Amino acid sequence: MVETLLEIHGLKTWFKTDDGMVRAVDGVDLRIDHGETLGVVGESGCGKTVTARSVLKLIDMPPGRFEGGRILWRGRDLIPLDDQEMNKIRAREIAIIFQEPMTSLNPVYTVGDQIAEVIALHQKLGRKQAMEGAAEMLRLVNIPNPQHRVHDYPHQFSGGMRQRVMIAMALSCQPKLLIADEPTTALDVTIQAQILELMHEMKDRFGMAIMLITHAMGVVAETCQRVTVMYAGKVVEEAPVGELFGQPRHPYTQGLIRSIPRVDRAAEKKQRLEAISGTVPSLLDPPPGCRFAARCRYASDICVREMPPLKEVAPGHFVRCVL
Amino acid sequence: MSRQWILRRILLVIPAMLGISVLLYTVLALAPGDPFSELAQNPAVPPEVAAALRAKFGLDDPVWVRYGHWFTSMMRGDWGFSFVSRMDVDTLILQRLPTTLIVIGAAQLMAILVALPVGVLAGIRPYSVFDQIANTLAFIGFSLPTFFTGLLLILVFSIQLDWLPFVYRADINATGWKFYWEHIRQSIMPVMVLGLFQGASLVRYVRSSVLDVVKLDYVITARSKGIGERKVVTKHVVRNALIPVVTLVMLQMPVVFGGAIVTEQIFRVPGIGSLLISAMLANDTPVVMAVTFVFSCLVVLCNLIADVLYAWLDPRISYR
Ligand SMILES: Nc1ncnc2c1ncn2[C@@H]1O[C@H](COP(=O)(O)OP(=O)(O)O)[C@@H](O)[C@H]1O
Ligand code: SF4
Ligand SMILES: [Mg+2]
Repeated sequence: MVETLLEIHGLKTWFKTDDGMVRAVDGVDLRIDHGETLGVVGESGCGKTVTARSVLKLIDMPPGRFEGGRILWRGRDLIPLDDQEMNKIRAREIAIIFQEPMTSLNPVYTVGDQIAEVIALHQKLGRKQAMEGAAEMLRLVNIPNPQHRVHDYPHQFSGGMRQRVMIAMALSCQPKLLIADEPTTALDVTIQAQILELMHEMKDRFGMAIMLITHAMGVVAETCQRVTVMYAGKVVEEAPVGELFGQPRHPYTQGLIRSIPRVDRAAEKKQRLEAISGTVPSLLDPPPGCRFAARCRYASDICVREMPPLKEVAPGHFVRCVL
Repeated sequence: MSRQWILRRILLVIPAMLGISVLLYTVLALAPGDPFSELAQNPAVPPEVAAALRAKFGLDDPVWVRYGHWFTSMMRGDWGFSFVSRMDVDTLILQRLPTTLIVIGAAQLMAILVALPVGVLAGIRPYSVFDQIANTLAFIGFSLPTFFTGLLLILVFSIQLDWLPFVYRADINATGWKFYWEHIRQSIMPVMVLGLFQGASLVRYVRSSVLDVVKLDYVITARSKGIGERKVVTKHVVRNALIPVVTLVMLQMPVVFGGAIVTEQIFRVPGIGSLLISAMLANDTPVVMAVTFVFSCLVVLCNLIADVLYAWLDPRISYR
């Protein structure tokens, strides 16, 4: 049997603000097995980033707060752990890369310094060896001339190259899970494909699992084995990738799939992209009931009365909808 | 940081100093009153004699001619003669400059040593009790002018408690450690007054800069590496937070020197600040010119230090 690395049960990460409680993550369940790529999709503001950062406990508390749930990393709940214990897991077992490569690296240190910092810490190496390790990592992520580039500062790299540096840094301790929070959203389309390809090459080489957060359905179809769809702080559907695209059950998932730009359809020109109308509701003290109701064409009375539970409709296929 | 870049910065100082000297000279020349204006009012001196004296000293030449004279003798090391102190200006300044530099330097050092950790701690724990206390104290220190805190300290520590002398004496007749001890004792209050003012604004700068930096992405990246919060702050937050602080502090240097002048006057510190004030009152133009020029040099020097520091802190400046 495949080892389950990460299991999140009913995670609630809320933020106390002047206006009230923002329920950014409000009962999220997800699972990642050894070596698999899980896609986490949903529009902006659905709580994907907060979920990802909660796993490594990178949320500022206050204003953030864990209101409930468990984050099981290889069977052990991370929520009660203190910073010192988390630091043994960060980078060494779970690494993370972010959406903005332009701001994710510290501008005042060379990229070599920043990669070597992780290597020196977790592999207990001296500075010189750690720098050699850093250059080796840059070579692995296909940065030309790595021996020289380790001494360069982040501003001397392009966006795509910086994301490669971030990947090199994240993988330098060979983590079991890489959380990639919209790693390509800020990049040019051509660069996006290269970065995704690199991530999967690295995944095969190191045998790690990836939690790929994105709001682009197209990316998910190409790269993931399973998909978790999030809407307004909740998981609304979870399924193997083929099944999700073949038989999407939740109206939100269906909407997301219809909004994928497709080359063949675009060619006909008449069939325009169908974006889901409306926007993600405020997560500030949300009302009971299905959070998608305001935008759902199938919404009925019972939808707004209470939150539908996450039901298993087929093996491994879960949906949160009354339909 | 490249050596070439530093060299270029140093070379830029020359035109800056030239410009400042021209400006200073012109302003002082236009200002009413010169060493001979008293002569003109003195009924014992016949006007022809006064006029002859003026002509002899070249006081009626056009400004640019006088500036030329001033500049060439300045370059030769002749800073003029103080009519009031009956002394060469350069000797006078050299006598007094070290005191000023020590007082300002000690005050700056104290301000930095206190304000840096306080500002950083307040910035990483905003709105905590510590932050609120630090903020309140900084606000008070920042709002009180130096002449007020100076008088207050004198009132408390010299007059009420009689712990510290309130007049700074240059002629301490003691030897060995007692000599130094007396000097330290009499420097405490001027240094405190200046340091408090500087430290208070520094705390506020550091705090707000840290507050801006801690929420940046690369700080979260640093946390995600598992390096520990202390190292995240000291290595990844502080250095970045100091970049804007260096600029702000250096922009404030003229204000610091202004505060130093007032402080020296209050405590009768025999530095170039009190020299400037007495020279201005006595219409001792060569001294006024020289001291203002020295102060300008200090400001320019501080800016140079700031630029180098800035480039050292932020590689984006000198590596392009
Ligand atoms: N520090 C915070 N304080 C208050 N609200 C927050 C904070 N961080 C995130 N949120 C809110 O949480 C919600 C989810 O944000 P996020 O996880 O970034 O969404 P996504 O990554 O899916 O676009 C948003 O409504 C956002 O405003
Ligand atoms: S529960 Fe109702 S409102 Fe929500 S998605 Fe299903 S049908 Fe639409
Ligand atoms: Mg996000």
